[in-house]
Amino acid sequence: MSEQTVFASALLDPAQPCPDGLRAWNGSDPNQRFAVYRNNIVVSLIDALAATFPVCQQLVGEAFFRAMARVFVVAQPPRSQILTFYGREFPAFIDTFSPASSVPYLADVARLERLRLDAFHSADVEPLGTEDITGVLSAPPRLPGLRMDIHPSVAVLQSRFAVFSLWAAHQQADPGLARVDPLQPETVLVLRSGLEVQCIDIAEATGVFMDRLIQKETLSQAEQDAKACEPGFDLVAALTLLLRWQIITSLYPGDEHGQLD
Amino acid sequence: MLPSRAGLGLKPEHFRNILESGPDIGFFEVHAENYMVPGGPMHHYLGKIREHYPLSLHGVGLSIGADAPLDKTHLDALAVLIDRYAPQVFSEHLAWSSHGDFFLNDLLPLPYTATTLNRVCDHIDQVQTHLGCRMLLENPATYLEFSTSTLSETDFISEVIRRTGCGLLLDVNNAYVSCINHHREPGAYIRALPLDRAEQIHLGGFASQADANGDPLLIDSHSAPVAQDVWALYTEVLEQMGPTATLIERDNDIPPFDVLLAEVNLADSYLVEAGGQRE
Repeated sequence: MSEQTVFASALLDPAQPCPDGLRAWNGSDPNQRFAVYRNNIVVSLIDALAATFPVCQQLVGEAFFRAMARVFVVAQPPRSQILTFYGREFPAFIDTFSPASSVPYLADVARLERLRLDAFHSADVEPLGTEDITGVLSAPPRLPGLRMDIHPSVAVLQSRFAVFSLWAAHQQADPGLARVDPLQPETVLVLRSGLEVQCIDIAEATGVFMDRLIQKETLSQAEQDAKACEPGFDLVAALTLLLRWQIITSLYPGDEHGQLD
Repeated sequence: MLPSRAGLGLKPEHFRNILESGPDIGFFEVHAENYMVPGGPMHHYLGKIREHYPLSLHGVGLSIGADAPLDKTHLDALAVLIDRYAPQVFSEHLAWSSHGDFFLNDLLPLPYTATTLNRVCDHIDQVQTHLGCRMLLENPATYLEFSTSTLSETDFISEVIRRTGCGLLLDVNNAYVSCINHHREPGAYIRALPLDRAEQIHLGGFASQADANGDPLLIDSHSAPVAQDVWALYTEVLEQMGPTATLIERDNDIPPFDVLLAEVNLADSYLVEAGGQRE
């Protein structure tokens, strides 16, 4: 094993002694000095998770959150130097972290916070102008086969829990959690409008519709799947949502994939 | 080249304030990895701020001291940022931070031997070739030494600079922290570095602990104001080097903008004095 392999392995495992061949000028125990590196790594990564998942931290308290994050950090250190991407696996880890099982909605709140950060940093793509869109939408024969590119910031989170309400309550100075029933299923649309990330509480069928459009399904397929979810699905309201938030970046009529002229 | 003025580490919480108030600051420095994202506010604000200020691009994830090849994807990402923002300078650390599949998010120490010297020089050659520009190498803050080291840190850095043609980023705080931790005289350490190749200075704050013998162990935390001892060392450095672009670094426990601006202004006043002495 190389010197750095031994060093790296000992950094992430406090049960291991510090590597051989380390010394201090005064002959003091190198373990205590090595602990500075151990601490720097673990604490900085816990801090990174706390910055990405602030509502999760509020929901369980700082001490619990940091203890949970410490287990995750040691088990799944980052694979990228770009720390803002760290923690994509944190929601799935929370699902399996039994001490958090009494807060069953915690993992989904983490999923929402992760989606918000991804939306924040997502690519800058200009939306289509309203005129371009209404021109196509006003030609009904071209509608069923229509596909579209949705802005890269857009994502849908469908949850068995009141994930939007829980998140929204924690944007207030006084979360007033008493008024949120966490067992109410909710679906959230996440997007970036200008420089601001938005969370929008939507119907589950609208979430299905958005998800299908993101997957490049045709408008008619997206509508059909949304109606299978909820027969009363309102296509006009869903299209209005697309227009209002300006999240269509390209339209492809029919089965063709060439951009609309 | 950066102007011989004081600059400040750019933090997202200060983006709007900077654009609205246009403070008289010599340059801003950013951590490259924070801008390796596809789009959004980070690029929006850095683009606007770059229109008004010189920029220093400072990497924290290249792992130049690693015993493994450099990450080509990361080098490409740096090249994209350099192309987009045309920084006056790019700098990285004499340290390693990645190993195997993992990024360890700290600047880890290496022994100073003929083997590590060759490796660091090869990596810096590769960086400078790939990026098409010279880089500055920052002296590290360390807490331990290796019994296998055969070169002093200052000899190691001097030789890297001589062989690769890179410049020196003199972190006065790191020099102070390391010298206290390893019981050396900071002034002598700094004088042993090739100061004629220093193009930028860093000033930051440290935290104080004790080692197992109760001797001081300083931690390069970037979470405190610049210490008095470090300011004193800085003024000695300026007497030797003349005015040199100086960054106030603060990455943790970030205070209100005006508090940082006061440190920038203090550094600027020392730079003016140093310029006067030079003439």
